[in-house]
Amino acid sequence: SLEELVIRPLHSGDIYTSFQFRTLWETDFTRENKVSHYRLFPKSLGQVISKFSVRELHISFTQGYWRTMQWGQPYLPSPPGAELWVWFQDSLTDVDGTWKELTNVLSGIFCASLNFIDSTNTVQPSASFKPLGIGNVTDHQIVCTENLTPWKKLLPCGSKAGLAVLLKSEKLFHSSFHSQAVHIRPVCKDDQCKTTSWELRQTLNVVFDLHNSGQGKNEWSLFKMFSRTLTEACPVASSSKIYIDITDNSQGEQFELSPATPLLSQAVVLGDRRTFSVYDLTQQITFGTICNVLKLPVTYSAHAGDMLRPLLHAERYVAGYGLQTGEIHTLMYNNHPYRSFPVLLLDSVPWYLRLYIHTLTVTSKGKDNKPSYIHYQPSKDRVRPHLLEMLVQLPPNSVTEVTLQFERALLKWTEYTPDPNHGFYVGSSVISSLVPSIVAMDTNNSRERPLFSSFFPSKEESSYFVRVYTEPLLVNLPTPDFSMPYNVICLTCTVVAVGYGSLYNLLTRSFQIEEPSPGLAKRIANIIRKMRGVPPL
Amino acid sequence: MAAPLTLLLLVAVTVRAALFRSSLSELISERVEVVSPLTAWKRVIEGLALLDLGVSPYSGDVFHETPLTIYLFHFLVDYAEVTFMVSVKKNVFRKQKFALEADRYPLDCLELIRSPKEMYYIPLKVAMFYLLNPFTILSCVAKSTCGLNNAIIALFILSTIKGNVLLSAIFLSLATYQSIYPLTLCAPALLYLMQRQYIPVNFRRASFWWFIVQYAFMYLGSLFVIICLSFFLLGSWDYLPSVYGFILSVPDLTPNIGLFWYFFAEMFEHFRLFFLCVFQINVFFYTIPLSIKLKEHPVFLIFMQLAVISIFKSYPTVGDISLYMAFLPVWSHLHRFLRNIFLVSCVLLACSALFPVLWHLWIYAGSANSNFYYAITLLFNVAQILLVSDYFYAFLRREHHLTYGLYLKRKDGSEATLVLK
Repeated sequence: SLEELVIRPLHSGDIYTSFQFRTLWETDFTRENKVSHYRLFPKSLGQVISKFSVRELHISFTQGYWRTMQWGQPYLPSPPGAELWVWFQDSLTDVDGTWKELTNVLSGIFCASLNFIDSTNTVQPSASFKPLGIGNVTDHQIVCTENLTPWKKLLPCGSKAGLAVLLKSEKLFHSSFHSQAVHIRPVCKDDQCKTTSWELRQTLNVVFDLHNSGQGKNEWSLFKMFSRTLTEACPVASSSKIYIDITDNSQGEQFELSPATPLLSQAVVLGDRRTFSVYDLTQQITFGTICNVLKLPVTYSAHAGDMLRPLLHAERYVAGYGLQTGEIHTLMYNNHPYRSFPVLLLDSVPWYLRLYIHTLTVTSKGKDNKPSYIHYQPSKDRVRPHLLEMLVQLPPNSVTEVTLQFERALLKWTEYTPDPNHGFYVGSSVISSLVPSIVAMDTNNSRERPLFSSFFPSKEESSYFVRVYTEPLLVNLPTPDFSMPYNVICLTCTVVAVGYGSLYNLLTRSFQIEEPSPGLAKRIANIIRKMRGVPPL
Repeated sequence: MAAPLTLLLLVAVTVRAALFRSSLSELISERVEVVSPLTAWKRVIEGLALLDLGVSPYSGDVFHETPLTIYLFHFLVDYAEVTFMVSVKKNVFRKQKFALEADRYPLDCLELIRSPKEMYYIPLKVAMFYLLNPFTILSCVAKSTCGLNNAIIALFILSTIKGNVLLSAIFLSLATYQSIYPLTLCAPALLYLMQRQYIPVNFRRASFWWFIVQYAFMYLGSLFVIICLSFFLLGSWDYLPSVYGFILSVPDLTPNIGLFWYFFAEMFEHFRLFFLCVFQINVFFYTIPLSIKLKEHPVFLIFMQLAVISIFKSYPTVGDISLYMAFLPVWSHLHRFLRNIFLVSCVLLACSALFPVLWHLWIYAGSANSNFYYAITLLFNVAQILLVSDYFYAFLRREHHLTYGLYLKRKDGSEATLVLK
């Protein structure tokens, strides 16, 4: 198995750390024999794959929103909240039932409330994600320590040795952005792809904030970031490395690493050629020196302009006022000076925001920009959400705005969350694209490369795959008065009864001349006379 | 007769055209009192857009019109405003003709008989009540498909009054196809046509049953033809749950002027089906008793049925109300027996003014909550019920006087008071 830690100082003064752990599992599920030889692959996930005929699975738990403009592109993007994408084998027939069971089992494994995933927030996109995917986006999952512990348990060394030792929950959650993910997929063992093996990747991305952690001085060390030190290398790891991104520090003016290391490596990642200082933990020598001493004093002059602007960037917000209607605006920025490229926009909006597809407008630079492909699946109340996929060509150096009007529905009083005035979350939209690259990408996939640069394999040299997630939206819906069910039932039934009563009276009674009733004295007199047998007054 | 009518039409068309072109039309087409999820023009456009995108309009939950309507608007979408104004005019002509035929000859009691002079002006009054009713104007400017439904019902009434059995059955099946509730208008249509053909309404007579069978056959036959035509237009039965299932099961709780939305928003899940059945049966339930009581007066029965449908249907709008209100001038001779008309008209006016105010306070200002709007809904419906029952009372009282004389005396010779007992 491999493990890596990449540390990259960002221009805004934060530190981006990314842990990647990879385990390979040689086994063949197409044969029917029961697999029981797991070695390093966690048994729980292996059983999940075999029982539910899963071909690929991606699950991520994220807290915080990735600020692309300030931090650049992440190595592995993830939306806020929890997200689960599963590809099933072709042989699977009952997809809906299996999906439900799978979500329940995964919520058990990860101690997360994934059982809220049901048909009302699950979509099957046609193009954005690779074929036959069933995906779900839920938001507002508070990622807490409960999710970290089961995630750590899946690692081969657990949290006892190797890089996983650094994963201490207090410091990790005290950060601007925190995302942990598990990706399972089959990979080819060689170029001809005659045999496949299962790859399990676990990634943890954290962005530490300089000010938030109370660091007055601009000095970082592994101990200060994680409040843990590296004790020993993981014995089952074939490679265990720490990469520090020193591209911005070519002259050594920004920061200096101590202890210095002669090992350097270069990699093309996200369309950019970056240089890394490498610390190899399997070598005893490096280990001896860095256990407590790895310092990165970082001084940040305002060099924000030097950062490579991300070529693709997106924002989303809700416009309009009042609780009846609204508009979703999605802005997509193409920052390439002269190349235009197409992007695929995937939007999954819950059913209680009724979208009107005839109000869809896409404008770039003030002019109408017609999408070349639109796949729209309208929602069914309480059954499934809206699904909108569009292929839009973004002109160079421009902002493209996609607007869509919606109407807010009034729900039944039991369908509101316990805090209804907080609002309802709408999942992030996903924008996927092959972005033209300035630097030639490496298409030779069989060579050994650092993990963080090889997640999305490039098929051609001139572009690389980017996926951007927008912010989730928070939308208010009109609420009924929750204290009133009995009153409402009584009052409405009263009105219906008024109608019934008047019509009943008029239908069953007829007009008669009214004899005035005599006064009280006379009536008593009449009663006495009747008793005496005398005619009444 | 023609000149004042034409003048009236011109005025009405001018008002509508002026409002169409102004910025108010956008505002009016969003109002929940005027449009409902069944009749909103925005949803028709959405259905057409979905059809253009290659998705069935019934695969989602936005579009609830019948397939024939989609195809009608597919061709007419550019001329939408003209279509709605034409349907209004048609509506008016029908009503005018109907009103001319409406009366029969009352008995003695000279004061109660309407003079031909009065009768002459009734069609004009009906036309005025319908065309210049602010509810109708709002409904037309919002391009709500309620106007088309009203036109079909008016055509049905016209053909019934004229005595054309086949056309009456066809229009009734069209009206039922659009929304289920006009089914209850079968009974008054049958009664009127039988009266016209001098068939006595007697369960033991063969001619009675034979006529019913004929009418039912024509009605069900044309309904069947229309439903199959809709199936072939879109190639699937998707529209049945989307249109009729939607009307009957009320899944969409958008506020409107009816009683259903808040009731089912606050309903306990356990009882939802029970109360749904109760409320839907409530609309159909008054047909038989009313028919029995009013079997001599089928025209008034039509009015009563329309009123009951408009008040108790699942997604009422002001367009439905304007339909039965247009009939009120036909019974202008009843006004001496109306007891609550002042109260009712004040309440209706006040509620109509308060609806937009409280909606704004709830949805935009955030200072009121849904209870305020709901209260006005309740009051509005109570006022409508009072109006309808008041007219019913007046009608029955007039009938009583026609039979027994106008100035009734008690046994001791003093002036009598009539009560219902």
